[in-house]
Amino acid sequence: MIKKILTIFTFFSIISVSALYADQKKIGFIYIGPPGDHGWTYMHDQGRIYMENELGDSISTTYIENVPENADAVRAIRKLAQSGHDLIFTTSFNYMDQTLEVAEEFPDVKFEHATGFKRTDNVSTYSARFYEGRTVIGHLAGKMTKTNTIGYIVSFPIPEVIRGINAFYLAASKVNPDVKIKIIWVYSWYDPGKEADAANTLINQGADIIVQHTDSYAPCQAAEKAGVLAFGQASNQEAFCPNAHMTAIEDIWGPYYAAKAKAVIDGTWSSEDTWQGFKEGMVEMSPYNKKLLSNDLIAEANKIEKSIEDGTLHSFEGPIYNQAGELVVKEGEVADDGMLASMMFYVQGIDGDIPQ
Amino acid sequence: MNIELIIGILNIVLISTTPLVFAGIGELVTEKSGVLNLGLEGLMLVGAVSGFITLVLTGNYFYSLLLSIISGVILSGIFAFLVLNLMTNQIATGLALTIFGIGLSAMLGKKFSGTPIEGLSPYYFIIISFLLVLSVGYFLSKTKSGLMVRAVGENHNSAYALGYNVIKTRYLTIIFGGVMSSLAGYYISICYAPMWQEGMTAGRGWIALALVVFATWKPWRLLIGAYIFGGVAIMQMNLQAIGVKLPGQFFNMMPYLATIIVLVFISSNKLRLKLSAPASLNVPFEKNQ
Repeated sequence: MIKKILTIFTFFSIISVSALYADQKKIGFIYIGPPGDHGWTYMHDQGRIYMENELGDSISTTYIENVPENADAVRAIRKLAQSGHDLIFTTSFNYMDQTLEVAEEFPDVKFEHATGFKRTDNVSTYSARFYEGRTVIGHLAGKMTKTNTIGYIVSFPIPEVIRGINAFYLAASKVNPDVKIKIIWVYSWYDPGKEADAANTLINQGADIIVQHTDSYAPCQAAEKAGVLAFGQASNQEAFCPNAHMTAIEDIWGPYYAAKAKAVIDGTWSSEDTWQGFKEGMVEMSPYNKKLLSNDLIAEANKIEKSIEDGTLHSFEGPIYNQAGELVVKEGEVADDGMLASMMFYVQGIDGDIPQ
Repeated sequence: MNIELIIGILNIVLISTTPLVFAGIGELVTEKSGVLNLGLEGLMLVGAVSGFITLVLTGNYFYSLLLSIISGVILSGIFAFLVLNLMTNQIATGLALTIFGIGLSAMLGKKFSGTPIEGLSPYYFIIISFLLVLSVGYFLSKTKSGLMVRAVGENHNSAYALGYNVIKTRYLTIIFGGVMSSLAGYYISICYAPMWQEGMTAGRGWIALALVVFATWKPWRLLIGAYIFGGVAIMQMNLQAIGVKLPGQFFNMMPYLATIIVLVFISSNKLRLKLSAPASLNVPFEKNQ
């Protein structure tokens, strides 16, 4: 009975023009990890907080953390949809089909799926061009390595990760043709112990720079302990490894989240695909570590950021060959978004195969 | 391959295998007395978080170790009370303990995750882990109390008829197992990857459980088994880094696969006894029957 009254009340409040009864939009988030991971989920949560500060009382937010990428995700997303959320952000690649499944049941609820590529009338996708940041750290790594060996810790073989490896290698080998990267797949986004093992293994094999595409700061810590250099992941991790952390690629979701929430409030939300980078501010570099990097190198890094921003530089500029030696991007051209979105090959010069 | 590289690899294997040895040897003693505790993962996480929080608040390693041990005593004490006095189902209670531990550690650690700490050298713990396996092996096979533990695990009714205190023995072995799991957790959050993040043990409690079966309840086999599991994981990382193509997912499931194979082998009763599975494992004990 109370529910019925509430429903009717909500209905009238929607059509009411009185500001007094203007309904508060409910916005939900599904997180893959804990907001305290100081990596991927942490940054999504920072985005949520930014959005709350921007929009104030016109919205209220909820999040469910540690949602596994399996059938449990359907339950979690449905729970948010059923409890009257107007807009739901699902913040990991493998929530894709689960998001679509629930979106079909709730056509009036808007969904936003991070890093995915399947859209419907009420499902948008969004992602950041993290690979632009990989170009900057690739440049720095190519210049800073003394052993010409860079260790790269990765989670799962999906296009986003492969794209990062390629962008990194292209930039590193451009300034240092002798550079080699050693890759370890840990098959987990988040296992501090295993990430530390992988970092130590790479350092033991001669890597003097550790790059990661996993979510904890254990690799950076391992680098600090071993006295080698590293880059942070997703957020500024300098506090945990002040003598190893050169910079980090930061994901800045706040302005996007606020804009989308605003669109729902204004009734202008529509399904679209968003893929933004340095230019729009969705990807930023953490402050460059002045203790480790020379002023010249910092200036170079800033210049790369600027050039990518104004479009004079692209992370994937031709000629680019794949491992088999076939030309995939012609001279004078850049890789288009279609190729980037589905990138499942290594560029020439990277040793090893992508696991199946 | 040069010698430095090999020493480096061995070093990483030692560091990454030690939590399995701690949690495994504790569970082995618990199971030897006839109690199956599936709560290792939860115990490890609570041990990890209580040690971490104490270290952040006091800056004292001794206090943090102490708190971690106390957390193990309390949690496993609750488990013991439930399964021994109230005779709840051991499997269900163990699973509940894991789920409870995951939630409790996440709640306690929320404010502290992301606080940088100075880690402790792992080598003390590595040495202790070897000594521990040796002493447990000696205890179980050579001392009177050890034989009593085994008698309780093999046939608690006979042990009771002989005048042994079944409940007290099991309380002690459960608490020993709990403390060892907390130490494994403490090692992970203070030495192995000095940080606190939710769920950071990432399934090592389950691997330790599998290890006990894989080792067929023998301490020295447990040590070897742990180093096989740990060694294979690190070797495959090394091969990957050299550029050898490997099915990484396969290596991740290897500990479980190996355990299933052992389980298949010991599923016949004769072989099971021969391989020293405690006969009263997971059987509740009622005094007045």
